[in-house]
Amino acid sequence: MVRLEKRPSPSAFWQWATPILAVLLTMVAGGIMFALLGKDPIAAMRTIFWDPLFNAQFASYSRPQLLVKAGPLILIAIGLSLGFRAGIWNIGAEGQYIMGAIAGAAVGLYFFPAENRLIFPLMVVAGALGGWAWAMIPAILKTRFNTNEILVSLLLVYVAQNILASMAVGAMRNPDGGGFPGSRNLSQYPSAANLELIPGTGMHWGVIAAFMAVIAAYILLQRHILGFQIKLAGQAPRAARFAGVNPTRLVVLCMGISGALAGLAGLFEVAGPAGQISIDFNVGYGFTAIIVAFLGRLNPIGILLAGLLMALTYIGGELAQFMLGLPAAAIQAFQGMLLFFLLAVDLLTNYRVRLGAKREVA
Amino acid sequence: MKRRTLLATAALGLGLAFGGAANAQGMDKVKACFVYVGPIGDLGWTYQHHQGALELVETYGDKVEIAWQENVPEGADAERVLTQMALSGCNIIFTTSFGFMDATNTVAGKFPDIKFEHATGYKRDHANVSTYNARFYEGRAIQGHIAGKMTKTNKIGYIASFPIPEVIMGINSYFLHARKVNPDVELSVVWAFTWFDPAKEADAAKALIDQGVDVIASHTDSTAPLAEAAKTNGAVIGFGQASDMADYKPSPRVSSIIDNWAPYYVKRVGELLDGTYAQTDSWAGIPEGEVEIGEITDAVPADVKAEAEAMRDAIAAGTYHPFTGPINKQDGTPWLAEGQVAPDGDLLGMTFFIEGITGDIPQ
Repeated sequence: MVRLEKRPSPSAFWQWATPILAVLLTMVAGGIMFALLGKDPIAAMRTIFWDPLFNAQFASYSRPQLLVKAGPLILIAIGLSLGFRAGIWNIGAEGQYIMGAIAGAAVGLYFFPAENRLIFPLMVVAGALGGWAWAMIPAILKTRFNTNEILVSLLLVYVAQNILASMAVGAMRNPDGGGFPGSRNLSQYPSAANLELIPGTGMHWGVIAAFMAVIAAYILLQRHILGFQIKLAGQAPRAARFAGVNPTRLVVLCMGISGALAGLAGLFEVAGPAGQISIDFNVGYGFTAIIVAFLGRLNPIGILLAGLLMALTYIGGELAQFMLGLPAAAIQAFQGMLLFFLLAVDLLTNYRVRLGAKREVA
Repeated sequence: MKRRTLLATAALGLGLAFGGAANAQGMDKVKACFVYVGPIGDLGWTYQHHQGALELVETYGDKVEIAWQENVPEGADAERVLTQMALSGCNIIFTTSFGFMDATNTVAGKFPDIKFEHATGYKRDHANVSTYNARFYEGRAIQGHIAGKMTKTNKIGYIASFPIPEVIMGINSYFLHARKVNPDVELSVVWAFTWFDPAKEADAAKALIDQGVDVIASHTDSTAPLAEAAKTNGAVIGFGQASDMADYKPSPRVSSIIDNWAPYYVKRVGELLDGTYAQTDSWAGIPEGEVEIGEITDAVPADVKAEAEAMRDAIAAGTYHPFTGPINKQDGTPWLAEGQVAPDGDLLGMTFFIEGITGDIPQ
């Protein structure tokens, strides 16, 4: 008989081993799925995990793309992880990402076609403010009226998507675009463009910002009183209150930081890889970042690695689709398995698996 | 860093070498790649493009290899997918949605020896970019005629995707021909802002049905609107869009517009094989067989069916153009004078509704 025994405290070993185990289990289960679809599972794994990094034909292009794809995921996930640690659930990063992009793009489009080196920094500030302001709605509703921040932040994503659509066909539409929806292409406007800093590396300001966020979050959590308060509020809310942690302040700070970082991610994306405000500008980074945050154990270094891994499954998944003819749905299922197994094996962190009957306790 | 740049350049060179064979002297073997906005199982737009792709293998056998990617978002990801395809040795890449326009042109600039074909767009920034489209508005005219005759509530609906000229001209053609045969008909347009989202499309259909609409046309890619119409026990009818959607015959699907891309794909890849390939901007319709009208079922009275088929034949013969004046714009200003036929340029840049349509194009 197999039974579970609660550990007195979460296992430090399993805390780090579970993500790796989850990845391995995903590879096995995914391999079985690919085999059932009539594809060689070994070839599929090699295409997803190996080819983007080391295949001579693709690697020099896809390696930098890994950073482009991972940048926004890491940036958003870092912000989310702070709130998640404190038990503040911002599920609406996708909306904050959109609003950051809109606010930042608005600044850039306002100045078009003037050339000035201050335009881009101003857009960055606007992007962060846009995301921050959007996150403040659920934050203030929570602190004032005790609404549920999960629902409010999530539903605001749909509001943001409608604002995005209206901007793309209305206020921000490219006047030289022949009536087609979508703004001017910011990546073709030198003062506003967020281009690769070193050509061929994929390194743009958004990737730099993601790395900076990782370092800042690490220091915050290890060395700063706010980091201590965040951890305390998550682990022992009552104790935190006795220790003088102001819950209202914590909600506003955590929501604000995650909103601002999501907004920044949106701005860097709209000024760089995406280039323009269009109706379907957002592709789900804000939601995928939730997986990244948990895959990385809400730890800054873990999130960095998880973001890169997630980006790898995207890029490798694309390769697998057209090299091996795997259906897109199989790749999505494969990514879904990752979160599923992560949550499943997370059990090992808090419980011990025991074989045999329960020993009688006198 | 220098080494990485060098690698990138080398890979680019490799890509060029792969595509390099595609020159005037023809090729022994072509790898044709397709980028799809939806899943190949959407039974609509993407499904039809994929049927065209499969026809290539059917026609040319070993001389053609195809590869494709589904569900590619119309944004930053499209550029990466295209680049990876170019690096993988594709000789010709078909990008089958309007939103891939900028990505297609950007990547085409980096791989001058690979041919790019963009569906429904208008940008040909490089010599290796061609565009192709179909005159769907010809099919819409026939649907409009059927809708005008069939509606009992005098309310007809249209599930629109995005406010771009291609969609607007379809709405105008549909309404114009409904009004011609039924002066009391009113049109409701719902903007879904998506090409493929069965849930949203179903919601749009529900909203229209709640308003009393009993004929629904759609410009989105799934069968969801027909599935909603099917729940009304024959009270509401609709049309197959992009594909025949024959599963919903004889009602609610009373007819359909079928996009038949196979002739174009076979022609273009054939030209690449025999070395006669050149940049084009193709816009074919019912006469060329690129737009087909699916069977008009018995749910439509025989006389209406005969009229609709006569219109189809007149369009095929070139004796009737769906946009023939007099036609006024929504605000009452004249667009086409008596007997004047709409120039292609007007249609491709169409940003206005015609007179009689209520409601605005989202601004």
